[in-house]
Amino acid sequence: MGYQHSVNGQRFIFPDLPALFARASPLRSGDQLAGIAAASASERVAAQCALADVPLADIIARPLIPYEADEVTRLILDTHDRAAFAPIASLTVGGFRDFLLAAGAETLAALRPGLTPEIAAAVSKIMRLQDLIAVAAKCHLTTAFRNTIGLPGRISVRLQPNHPVDDPHGVAASTLDGLLLGAGDAVIGVNPATDNVAATTTLLRMLDDIRARYDIPTQTCVLAHVTTTLRCIEAGAPVDLVFQSIAGTEAANRGFGINLALLAEARDAALSLRRGTVGNNVMYFETGQGSALSANAHHGVDQQTIEARAYAVARHFSPLLVNSVVGFIGPEYLYDGKQIIRAGLEDHFCAKLLGLPMGVDVCYTNHAEADQDDMDSLLTLLAVAGVTFIMGVPGADDVMLSYQSTSFHDALYVRGVLGRAPAPEFAAWLERMGIADAPATDTIPPRMTPALIGLHDG
Amino acid sequence: MMAEHSLARWTDLRRFTSARVALGRAGNGLPTAAHLAFQAAHAAARDAVHDALDVTALLADLSAHGIATHSVASACPDRPTYLRRPDLGRALHPADRARLAAAQAPGSIAFVLCDGLSALAVQRHAAPLLARVLPALTPLPVGPVVVATQGRVALGDDIGAALGAGAVAVLIGERPGLSTPDSLGVYLTWVPRVGRADSERNCISNIRPEGLPVDEAADKLLWLIGAMCRLQCTGINLKDEQPALGGERAPSIGRN
Repeated sequence: MGYQHSVNGQRFIFPDLPALFARASPLRSGDQLAGIAAASASERVAAQCALADVPLADIIARPLIPYEADEVTRLILDTHDRAAFAPIASLTVGGFRDFLLAAGAETLAALRPGLTPEIAAAVSKIMRLQDLIAVAAKCHLTTAFRNTIGLPGRISVRLQPNHPVDDPHGVAASTLDGLLLGAGDAVIGVNPATDNVAATTTLLRMLDDIRARYDIPTQTCVLAHVTTTLRCIEAGAPVDLVFQSIAGTEAANRGFGINLALLAEARDAALSLRRGTVGNNVMYFETGQGSALSANAHHGVDQQTIEARAYAVARHFSPLLVNSVVGFIGPEYLYDGKQIIRAGLEDHFCAKLLGLPMGVDVCYTNHAEADQDDMDSLLTLLAVAGVTFIMGVPGADDVMLSYQSTSFHDALYVRGVLGRAPAPEFAAWLERMGIADAPATDTIPPRMTPALIGLHDG
Repeated sequence: MMAEHSLARWTDLRRFTSARVALGRAGNGLPTAAHLAFQAAHAAARDAVHDALDVTALLADLSAHGIATHSVASACPDRPTYLRRPDLGRALHPADRARLAAAQAPGSIAFVLCDGLSALAVQRHAAPLLARVLPALTPLPVGPVVVATQGRVALGDDIGAALGAGAVAVLIGERPGLSTPDSLGVYLTWVPRVGRADSERNCISNIRPEGLPVDEAADKLLWLIGAMCRLQCTGINLKDEQPALGGERAPSIGRN
């Protein structure tokens, strides 16, 4: 079935729903690279007009990626809650945008099981940034493990103490730096330079030791491949959260070396450890627009819609944390600050609408046309939208992954300017340790002495 | 009272990591000096991405080491295209494919020096590395040395296939980090042909004075070439033979 619309005296025809979605997507280099982007500004707006007239029920009835071909499609449709969908079943995409802008928080929360990623992606394509922010700010969701994440008026920080060769003292030093600046309530999470069981176990024990020594109400994570973490669990390592990069198609997930069954197995293994104290959300997922195209697994679907489909995968496993690494993938997918900012807000909106504890790694690489000003813009916009958590990297410079994310200082800035607090258990701990107002001098408070975590002179 | 050897100053943390720890605070923001130091580092990284490879100077460097070369271009006309179209950066310019066909060296190991995302890295480290490696190379005949502009790693497959080479080593500028504008990588591929997957290559990364110095990188590359010739392959199977080379990174978002 085709779609068509005329704008500015020109008539545009779109052969099917994937083509219509792709042409309606705001400009980004990844869709151009895939050869599916609108060829002109007029074609894009024509597609957006045609998309606005599509009934939501049609989007459910016509999967963009066939049910038979893809287990993510099967997950989406098999778990779709028709009763929750009923209040919007007669709306078009355009009508749904109006509905979202007018709806209250309780209405949006009740809607979640009735929404599919494709519906969220479709409506986001006809929303301005302020729409994406206004609706996301009405979506509330809390998750918990050793603290409670996502409460209104809060913003959490993943402390990301990466080191180029996983040196334990280097990781410990960056961790302490972040704690002193109020970071770490989302998770203390290291990307390992070497992904194997021995190196991951060393880091897991070391992070767990730091957490215990300072008695921090938070969780730790080594962001190794899920199969590595499973082997660490079998070997008795202290695993709080299971991490995995995920994508929105079965084929792209295969490229990551995962499928839904493996994720379920890993979640069960983490739950069996019973390490959470105030909750049992044990999964941590990362996503990012463009990963499916880079794995040649996009089925001709635009990268933002594929990204939203990854949230169906995440949602199925009740994660503690999910974040898009929006600017990490590079300029062939998101070319510049403008594209990164839009994508970050789309990802946050779609994930929040679907009911995820969504954070964003506000970041860029040195070959993207972006800089600190762009990151300040995206960070501030996301914080207004109620982003669940952001990253905290020493000085915004990740010396292992060679990209720039947000700094501990950036988190203090956004907490200060918008009056947001850390997770309540963590905020109380900062008070107890005498660092609720990050120390203004070079002296480390005695309770946080570096010696406690193995950092000694000489 | 503190023990004699305990650390109590925030700035003491700097001795444990190259990360930007203990930067101080101006309100919630960075002190001016730390802010401007970051901007300077970003400027260096941006310049490394956008500066063109000085092919003439590189050819002169190689010539000084007694190394003869060909120079080619990818199908990318300029840097903005290069950044948006990785597919074009993996393909030889059509005119150059014909020229290389005239320089066939079947069964040899070809070397491709490619600007990648840091011409600075290639400019600084490629000639010294080659000068260390070529004289010590015994298992395979030394094939052509090709300088390539606007190229990605997989351009080596196209070049190697055009030459009929038995293997290709691509020396390429890595994506600059904030503190690492001149990091060189080497990718080794057995029987190069268009369409080789990254899992069919072996990589040596972070070659620069503050990372893996040129002499050590040369030793690693020679070991890898020897192992490649014994096993008649590169990629995952070769990597498993030498865990000391490490670098087994799980696939994740945004591989470049």
